Amino acid sequence: MSSIKTILSSNDLSIGYYSKRENHVVAENLNLNLVAGQLISLVGANGIGKSTLLRTLTGIQKPLKGAVFLNERNIHDFQPLELAQNLSLVLTEKLPPSNLTVFELIALGRQPYTNWLGNLSAEDHQKINQAIELTHIEHLVYKKYHEISDGQLQIVLIARALAQDTPLIILDEPTTHLDLLHKVSVFKLLKKLTKETGKCILFSTHDIDLAIQLSDEMIVMTEDNVVQDQPCNLITKGVFSLLFKDDSITFDGEKGKFMIS
Amino acid sequence: MTLFLNLSFGQVAIPSKEVFKSLFGGQAEKETWEYIIMNFRLPKAITAILVGIGLSISGLLMQTLFRNPLAGPYVLGLSSGSSLGVAFVILGAGLLPAVCSPFLLSSYGIILASCLGSLLVLLMILMVSQRLRDTMSILIVGLMFSSFTSAIVSVFSYFSSAEQLQKYTFWSMGSLGNLSWPNIIVLSISVIVGLFLSLLTLKALDALLLGENYAKSMGLNLKKSRYTIIFATSILAGSITAFAGPIAFVGLAVPHLSKLLFQTSNHKILFWSTILIGAIIMLFCDTVSQMPSFDFTLPINAITSIIGAPIVIWLIIRKKSMT
Repeated sequence: MSSIKTILSSNDLSIGYYSKRENHVVAENLNLNLVAGQLISLVGANGIGKSTLLRTLTGIQKPLKGAVFLNERNIHDFQPLELAQNLSLVLTEKLPPSNLTVFELIALGRQPYTNWLGNLSAEDHQKINQAIELTHIEHLVYKKYHEISDGQLQIVLIARALAQDTPLIILDEPTTHLDLLHKVSVFKLLKKLTKETGKCILFSTHDIDLAIQLSDEMIVMTEDNVVQDQPCNLITKGVFSLLFKDDSITFDGEKGKFMIS
Repeated sequence: MTLFLNLSFGQVAIPSKEVFKSLFGGQAEKETWEYIIMNFRLPKAITAILVGIGLSISGLLMQTLFRNPLAGPYVLGLSSGSSLGVAFVILGAGLLPAVCSPFLLSSYGIILASCLGSLLVLLMILMVSQRLRDTMSILIVGLMFSSFTSAIVSVFSYFSSAEQLQKYTFWSMGSLGNLSWPNIIVLSISVIVGLFLSLLTLKALDALLLGENYAKSMGLNLKKSRYTIIFATSILAGSITAFAGPIAFVGLAVPHLSKLLFQTSNHKILFWSTILIGAIIMLFCDTVSQMPSFDFTLPINAITSIIGAPIVIWLIIRKKSMT
């Protein structure tokens, strides 16, 4: 890539929670750098603070120290509507019951651009159709979202984020509850999207071996520190063996897989 | 649309054959009939339409806001909140300085008290719903609010005069009649204001279909929309309860009927269909409550409950099988 454009970066970021007595620090001195056109995965054991990091990076939670910059502007200086035009999310939470069709669900991604009644313009329709084409879900659009499978719904939610037309998409564990086939298809789709649209995509996952194979860069969270690098460098550095505090789980650098002894 | 409206107006005309005749046979035949239509039937029909529309829309807003298919102004205790406000004004008027009582007992005073009452309950439910994500617990809390308010009302009634008590009891039975034209104008204005506010929240409501976090990620000002929705709901439910008394189940059942009939969650469609069905259902209930063969009028609450309660039971059963 000729020009490297940083979409999201953090500067000496400390994340955690404020409490009355003392601040609970989850991780400190984070200097992350997310670049356009890259697929970046975030891995770490349960409870290590992946969600806290994502919440901080998306501006939902305030950092304890330092700042998050989106397009070189502090994320907390964005108006909600502006932020929605620069950052879209795919969350893990279950959708409340409703009769929304897949098309309507994707069209909701255009809300940051529509008027007070939410009417779709020609441009909105074009972006929606583009999102549907990119994700190959033409056959689903007239179904109700509760009629499709979990794997399909995940792709539909990604299409919704695409319709929101933002340079950065952040996904929280998009592959949990999916079988291997669907995991791989979601990952491949994300990879394809970064290459074809030049978007930067960050996602958290527990499927580390798949993430190693497909991500351009990885952010690995361990007890002691947070490292961002290319997967092969991380393997050489032996970062993955520090991931789990259990001697029976070891990381085989040659195979790129975790082994149980 | 107009066809439906015509049809629903037809329903009002049918209740009594005499009205039917007098509508067609010309006013000249008997002046009393014309009087009945102009000063009893027509105001009642208009009230029914306003009540049906207002309660149904407030139910629609609440169901989306609380992500709860069983939310409605009556079930969540909004109507009880309004009752409390009205009870406070009617039964408690003696406790307040005599200067205020003419204002308080006027229709404006009652509307204001009733809206405040429902607003109060709604805010409390909102607070509870932030803690409890569970559908059923919110309903139980709503139920508790109802018992709480009725307890306070009974304390009030213990200290009130028979005359005040009678006035309150008649009010609490719920009635679409007895509204003078000026009152209807006040009610119409409140309902129109409430509907206009609701119209402003349609986009936010659509966003809320994906849950609050997604709505926020799409640039929705959650706080502002939430308060607009709550304000609209309180005006609608409050003003209607002030004039027509607490009316059961319409606000819960109608949005569901329109979701069922139109098979959509798109609020731009639901808004209009709910208005339409709300008006029709309420006119229908009113028609049933004064069937031509009866020489008495059934309380409107009985009819709406007979139709509404089975719908609630059916909803709960269907929800079980869905999840």
